[in-house]
Amino acid sequence: MLDLSKYQSIGAALKDALDQFAIEVCLIEADRERERERLTYRDFKESAHPLAKALQDGGFSAGDRASIIMTNQSKWLISAYAIFFAGGVLVPLDYKLTPEEQWQLLKHSGAVVLITEYPIWRQLSASPGRAAATNVQTVLVTEAPANADLAGAQRWEKSRGAGDPAFVVRKRSDTACIVYSSGTGGRPKGCMMTHENYLEQCIALTSIYPFWPGVRYLSILPTNHAIDFMVGFFGSFTCGAAVVHLRTLRPEYVREAFPKYKITYVSLVPLVLKNLQKGLQARFDALPAGKRKVFNVLVRLNKLLTKSQPRLGISRRLLKQVHEAFGGELRAIIVGGAFTEPQTLQFFYDLGIPVANGYGLTEAGTAITVNDLKPFRADTVGKPLPGMEVRIMNPAADGVGEVSVRSKTVMAGYLNEAELTAEAIVGGWLMTGDLGRFDKAGHLHLSGRKKNMIVTEEGKNIYPEDIETVFESLPVKEFCVFAANYIWPKRSMTGEKLVLVLHLEAGEQYGEELRREINARNNRLLNYKRIHGVVLLDEDFPRTASLKIKRNVLAEGLAKLDSGSAILPL
Amino acid sequence: MRTLEQTTQEVLDLAAKHFQLPAGTLAPGDDFFKKLGIDSLQTLEMLSRLENHFGIELPDYEVQGVSDFKTLAERIQSRL
Repeated sequence: MLDLSKYQSIGAALKDALDQFAIEVCLIEADRERERERLTYRDFKESAHPLAKALQDGGFSAGDRASIIMTNQSKWLISAYAIFFAGGVLVPLDYKLTPEEQWQLLKHSGAVVLITEYPIWRQLSASPGRAAATNVQTVLVTEAPANADLAGAQRWEKSRGAGDPAFVVRKRSDTACIVYSSGTGGRPKGCMMTHENYLEQCIALTSIYPFWPGVRYLSILPTNHAIDFMVGFFGSFTCGAAVVHLRTLRPEYVREAFPKYKITYVSLVPLVLKNLQKGLQARFDALPAGKRKVFNVLVRLNKLLTKSQPRLGISRRLLKQVHEAFGGELRAIIVGGAFTEPQTLQFFYDLGIPVANGYGLTEAGTAITVNDLKPFRADTVGKPLPGMEVRIMNPAADGVGEVSVRSKTVMAGYLNEAELTAEAIVGGWLMTGDLGRFDKAGHLHLSGRKKNMIVTEEGKNIYPEDIETVFESLPVKEFCVFAANYIWPKRSMTGEKLVLVLHLEAGEQYGEELRREINARNNRLLNYKRIHGVVLLDEDFPRTASLKIKRNVLAEGLAKLDSGSAILPL
Repeated sequence: MRTLEQTTQEVLDLAAKHFQLPAGTLAPGDDFFKKLGIDSLQTLEMLSRLENHFGIELPDYEVQGVSDFKTLAERIQSRL
């Protein structure tokens, strides 16, 4: 891999990677059973440079911001590279957000260019949110049908400038990306990630999980997500590895991709990993009694032989059929985005498939800790990565306190939010809002949250403030959304739910009509953002002088209620 | 050519069968995440079954943000 300590920017490192690994395959794109594209690093460069030139010809220059809203595909990475090459700041946005949310973040980011795909643009261009985001001057749209109305956009495929683009030098301290960790309904939290953040994170991760030419990484997590951006783009490319994109994420095609493309690594969210576990378990349970007995003996033997460290060669021989279903080349599954239950991690490890479990957050530059497999531990989120200082702040008697981090991978701050930045980074330490403790072996154990938010099994961070707008003008005196675990702290990172706290008007009852109205509003939210129940409170919410709800004080008051009986199901 | 009503009914029947529910328990306006208690992954599995039944390909983006049977049936109808 490239020696990233010598580089100043993502663009400079990628530029060299394209030359160094020119003849290696870097991208494979498939749609169902059809392979659509296979590019070498040289092909990639030949696609990206004319786009970079077209951006430059359009006036795009150092520090300008360009957003990408696309499903995982070759053009995502080609566009990102062109933006970095031209000295731009990338704003990767979640393609699963609603058009209104996307316009809100586009406006907040100050992006002057938007690169997106036609089906997404169809919805975006029809959204009233477009009128406010006047900063977006150029829209490039991929795969638009020949006679499509582009609504002011240009075709990505035709955005090819003639001649060589000029590489724009950036410093390590310059912002490389603005990554939104939350804030679609409240105060957008745009994490300003520097070039140094990515370079250092990549050095740390590849010191434990190295990639090389020949490695095939299956990119399933959205590329706007910090994990896939790092592992499925920057990390893979600077090691000369290949990234495989699937245009559909139907489980049957994902399953087929493993043997078809001989996948080496994949990143998954816990929900998908658990689903995979269920599917495998059902197949094991369906084995005839005799075969099942033999299989169980082999699993036990594998467990014994891999107790101190993974031994892939042995596991692949012992549990041949399982490994062949995964293509026979899989070295590890990287799991992230949310907390994974230990039994799921253990299940895969016992089959000889190590799961690279860890802990991180966007603000810290993806991963903070990772399981180094020396030995494998399913009960922890691993040890701090090289270069990460991790401290437990104000630990209680049992050692549990707030996890804080100091490293070169911590973001520069939140865009346009000095106050929020000052709350998050105190004296150089990033306060994660997560609770945890270290054990004697130096492994971090997570045990709940201090902050008012939830993380779903799909790896989605949901902040109550972001979904409150949907309940505005409810016929109640006042309302507030909370993470139930924030009110009633639980030493757990799973099964997190949101609740709607209502203070009804005097004489008003919580009846069927109100319940229906809440349900109707709730259904307007994407399914993973929905509230789980209602809590009634018969007193005024504490407020600041500027009439903002004092959430922490309100939560303290609510904590006196019994959570079991206080939460009314919807 | 099926009417939208026929397509909607077939979607409901297939979804009920897929998730082993008695016929007639699902309605067009039902939110399938809530009514069936399923996650996004299970939804994708259901879509594959619907594709096979109707003989169409429904790209993932077509069902992005869709959570009720009626809208799902409309998306299918537009590709028949």
